[in-house]
Amino acid sequence: MIKIAIKMLLGDRAKYLGLVFGVTFATLLMAQQVSIFIGLMSRTASVVNDVTEADVWVMDSRVRYIEEVEPLRDVELTNVRSVPGVKWAVPFFKGLSTIRMPDGLTQQVQLIGVDDVSLVGICPKSYMGDPESIRHPQTAMIDKNGYKFTWPEQPFKLDREIEVNDNRLTLSAICDSTPTFLTFPTIYVSYATAVQITPQGCNKMSFILVKSAGTDPKVLADRIGKQTGLQALTQDEFAWRSINYYLTRTGIPINFGITVFLGMLIGAAITAQTFYIFVIENLKQFAAMKAFGVTNGQLLRLVLTQAALVAFVGYSLGIGLTALFFKATSNSPAMRGFFLHWQVMAGSAGIITIIILISTIFSLRKVFTVDPAVVFRG
Amino acid sequence: MTIAVGVSNLNKQFKAGDSVIQVLMDITLQVKLGELTMLVGPSGCGKTTLISIMSGILSPTSGEVVVMGHSLNRMKDREKVLFRRHNIGFIFQQYNLLPALTAAENAAMPLIAAGIGNDVAINRAKDVLQKIGMSSQVDKLPNQLSGGQQQRVAIARSLVHNPKFIVCDEPTAALDAKTGGEVMQILREVANDTGRSVLIVTHDSRIHQFADRIIEMNDGRIASDHYPALVEVKE
Repeated sequence: MIKIAIKMLLGDRAKYLGLVFGVTFATLLMAQQVSIFIGLMSRTASVVNDVTEADVWVMDSRVRYIEEVEPLRDVELTNVRSVPGVKWAVPFFKGLSTIRMPDGLTQQVQLIGVDDVSLVGICPKSYMGDPESIRHPQTAMIDKNGYKFTWPEQPFKLDREIEVNDNRLTLSAICDSTPTFLTFPTIYVSYATAVQITPQGCNKMSFILVKSAGTDPKVLADRIGKQTGLQALTQDEFAWRSINYYLTRTGIPINFGITVFLGMLIGAAITAQTFYIFVIENLKQFAAMKAFGVTNGQLLRLVLTQAALVAFVGYSLGIGLTALFFKATSNSPAMRGFFLHWQVMAGSAGIITIIILISTIFSLRKVFTVDPAVVFRG
Repeated sequence: MTIAVGVSNLNKQFKAGDSVIQVLMDITLQVKLGELTMLVGPSGCGKTTLISIMSGILSPTSGEVVVMGHSLNRMKDREKVLFRRHNIGFIFQQYNLLPALTAAENAAMPLIAAGIGNDVAINRAKDVLQKIGMSSQVDKLPNQLSGGQQQRVAIARSLVHNPKFIVCDEPTAALDAKTGGEVMQILREVANDTGRSVLIVTHDSRIHQFADRIIEMNDGRIASDHYPALVEVKE
């Protein structure tokens, strides 16, 4: 019966392709949009996630997400270091600055200042040059995307000069950092350089990065909070807080949600309608089959086999096209870091199953209720 | 001669809105094995309803139907489906072949429905197709066959599971006289040579010559029931 079901389905090429197209379209739209959404949301916490050495982030109690910086007093570093369970604590600078481009235009950049000695918080993936060279005064490291953005269509080259807040820095390294949500170039300097080249002010320290001496990071964060009056969060907590800020304070989830919903709706509509028409056109055949002894159970298996085949082929094509899309755009700076997550694949498979089941249920009602006597009515 | 189907005091009513239409009225008849019986009469006289009830597709409002010794009245719907699967063959006016399946696969459908493996079923279907002169067409799709050839495939499908009772609804209506005659010759052989009972509903008077027995219906009743050969002999 399975072979018959498959032959029946493949025999009507136009409808089969229509069904597969519906499922492929729905899968592609859902998987691609959700993956881009996840990629975008991950970017909102990329600065936090790129710091691999620290367990706890300490910040002003008013900070709600990574882009919101309230400078800390230098003494807070000593206070944090004095908390039991802290192995080490280092300053971390994060702020927006302005660089002057070669053509004289100005461009905003994300300036990261890392501890002069340990370089904790520096971009973990080096692309060109020695990251440790930023220990030298007036030197900087830029991320690959930022380089392409600043010097478009020019080969990667060190020893270029950039002007940050009217301070001239020499480019000594290029790194491969995770793209940020705002897509500004990221410039890494030593903490001392960051302090020196940013506008005057009493306090410059954005965050304090803490390594636990074996204490559970959550426990340590609570302890630091209680003892210093500052806000201390584990790396995960801070990353999710940044992501949640964008989820709740921007229209991004709604926009993506609408696209995904429309993808589901259109895919379901195309699939359900085509499948329904396919079944209706074969209704007389189903009636004849019932007349010569095919049971409703066998017809159920037959229709489900057809539905499963459509779902499998359509889903595979949709996921394949999504993967191809991310592969093809992987070198584009705007699409870096976006990829197809296995959770998205699993979720899409679940939704496609639901779409197909709904389509099948509508069609099956007709199959189950068709009177075999219709075959005697000419 | 053994009885294939017997109906007694059969009545069938259909509801149409508030009114009730009496389609069959007190029908009693027996159809024998080894005979080709034709059910004739004007449109709307109840022929199709009668064969639907005799083949267990419709249930009567009252009266009894016994097919090959089994009372259909006592069977549940599912039991009737399974009964049809093993005991009744169907031939329809529009053939009702599955367009994506080959002639052999179409003919094998009742066996496949009965759970017999594809290869065995198709081989058995090929044997039946060969017997009715279709050996060179077994791998062709319905749209590659003429109307007469498609009807032969339908005949093979009705015979493949070796039923004793074959029900045909206007089997020659879509065929020209020559092809219709060929199809009828096969059906006559099925009835007379293999001891099956073939019941044909038809409007086509050209094929009356192939009937062993002709039952004429009018307004839901049997108007006449005769054996043409015997009539000829008497004349």
